[in-house]
Amino acid sequence: MSAAGAHSQIVKRSQLGVWLAQAPGAVYLLAVLSIGLTILTPNFFSIANLTNVTLQIAVLVIVALGMTLVILTEGIDLSLGPVLGLCGVVMGMMVVTDWPLWMALGAAMLIGAAFGVVNGTLVSYVDMPPFIVTLGTFGIAQSLATMLTEGNSVTGLPDYVRWFNDGAPLGIPVPLWATAAVFALTYVLLYRTKFGRYTFAIGGNRRALVLSGSNARFYQVLVYVYAGVLTALASFIMTARLNAAHPTIGVGLEFDAIAAVILGGTSFEKGRGGILGTLIGALAVGVLRNGLNLMGVSTEWQVAIVGLIIIGAVSLDSIRGHYA
Amino acid sequence: MSVAVASRPAGHLFGMSPDRLFVVLSRLVALTALIVTLSILSPYFLTWNNLINVLRHAVPLFIMSAGLTVVVLTGGIDLSVGAVLGLSACLAASLIAGGHPELGIAAALGAGLACGLVNGMLVSYARIPSFIATYGMLWIANGMAYVFMQGEVIYGLPAAFRTIGTGMLGAIPVPILIMLGTLLILHVIMHRTPFGVGVYAIGGNPVAARLSGMPVRRRLVIVYVLSGFMASFAGLIVIARTNAADVSLGEEQLLPAIAAVCLGGTSLFGGVGGVAGTAVGALILALVLNGMNLLGVKTFWQAGVLGLIILLSVLADQVVGGRINRTST
Repeated sequence: MSAAGAHSQIVKRSQLGVWLAQAPGAVYLLAVLSIGLTILTPNFFSIANLTNVTLQIAVLVIVALGMTLVILTEGIDLSLGPVLGLCGVVMGMMVVTDWPLWMALGAAMLIGAAFGVVNGTLVSYVDMPPFIVTLGTFGIAQSLATMLTEGNSVTGLPDYVRWFNDGAPLGIPVPLWATAAVFALTYVLLYRTKFGRYTFAIGGNRRALVLSGSNARFYQVLVYVYAGVLTALASFIMTARLNAAHPTIGVGLEFDAIAAVILGGTSFEKGRGGILGTLIGALAVGVLRNGLNLMGVSTEWQVAIVGLIIIGAVSLDSIRGHYA
Repeated sequence: MSVAVASRPAGHLFGMSPDRLFVVLSRLVALTALIVTLSILSPYFLTWNNLINVLRHAVPLFIMSAGLTVVVLTGGIDLSVGAVLGLSACLAASLIAGGHPELGIAAALGAGLACGLVNGMLVSYARIPSFIATYGMLWIANGMAYVFMQGEVIYGLPAAFRTIGTGMLGAIPVPILIMLGTLLILHVIMHRTPFGVGVYAIGGNPVAARLSGMPVRRRLVIVYVLSGFMASFAGLIVIARTNAADVSLGEEQLLPAIAAVCLGGTSLFGGVGGVAGTAVGALILALVLNGMNLLGVKTFWQAGVLGLIILLSVLADQVVGGRINRTST
């Protein structure tokens, strides 16, 4: 073998090594989980169960895509969970009292956008820490949702609401269409527009952007608005799936979304990451929850396990960052 | 104060810059306005029983928030304080009701120390942003509390243990003495020891603190351990007062803790503020919650009011402190 050939082989090998070392934790987790669950539980690798998992994670994927953009700007949005509950409740109450569907959907999306405007403005223009701002709006959204329904669920929704979960144009369920559409939209926004370039750049060096006189603050608000609107969309699917709107249904969803984003390799520093990773991350969280369910692990343990995984993934990310 | 600057620019009153003066005065005005308004609106408010009740509520809130304050002074955050309080309360209640009071107290404080140690290691050695490390810990502690309790509610704790929540020493309730003692000890630690001064330095300028040769990482770990310990101590006082523990206890504690720190005027960017402010913050918050109760406001509103308090107090401090166009991230 010639020296050049040996050299190129070494390069190739080390490139594979680099790729493996840089692949987001979600890839490994998903691989381990899929193999483990196929062996451990006979029901896991069945079409019925896999379809079920995909439908279940549609809501998570849509919320996590918005969260990815927020985290890319070195922010966080803890309010997305309760905002999802609030949007669902408003939409549910409107259709139950015979408002036209389009107005109910519009109202829910306006609420999602309004929370985004408040979060974004306070973070971007007032320079408040994102976790404090969104913890405050977390409380406000939760109160509004429970107050509107006096803590009860909105039930007796008209049949057509269920289309958001049960409908299947061209044989593909609506949640999958929605997930694909939101993914495509986010992809275009993030990689093909000024909005996307700003999203990465704000995380990279917001200070330089602001000092250079660009409109970075405005685009930072838009990132939070986008996350709020996507959460409203997700609330339609959630409401249709349960055939009811619960005011507190979203609480904790922000946690799964953050886990999906971090497992997907998006970093809290310097605008590193992307949405393909989030898709894999959401899949990993969904499969993990599904697997733990199949194995009869209680929801409470699941919460603790996902918490451990978040910390583990961020630690790995941090450690790899130091040696990169 | 040993951290005070030797020569102060003109226009400073009581050794405070104008924006700090606003923070302190606005809190005292809020406190007075609340007391006056509630006295007018509710005839029951200004009774001895009710005032003692308010103070009793403020004590665990203060103790939990005081630990959190020290974390915030370093420029970090501990989102797990509520969950650690809940976990410790459940561990302690179950062991104490089972006839092992010493073991119960030790387990609760041990759990708090352990959670704090993990938080501290993750933040200082693994260099994870504090809000993520402690957010993960929040769910881990919540999950462990659920698993431990299995949906049970524990009640009926021995009278001797309940002294720290309901006892009286002469005319003064024991928890209030505990609060004053804690405040005094923490105040001395924060202003009269190298550790405390170091905490302010880390929050004020982390790079300078590191370059000065200070053991920044070790101090950060101690700060998070302290926060976990204080949260579990607060958990003991809560169950001593309410004579019961269930798993939802910790879920309702995070917003009040953060609100007390923000109301107390400690800057979320680190380096400015202190535990004395948090004592005032906890008092204001206890009054607000008591007032909502007396005026018959539904509990649904509680989270929203706490959220608004957090947003408004930080917003006001940002505006007055001239930090609105800070160009750093």
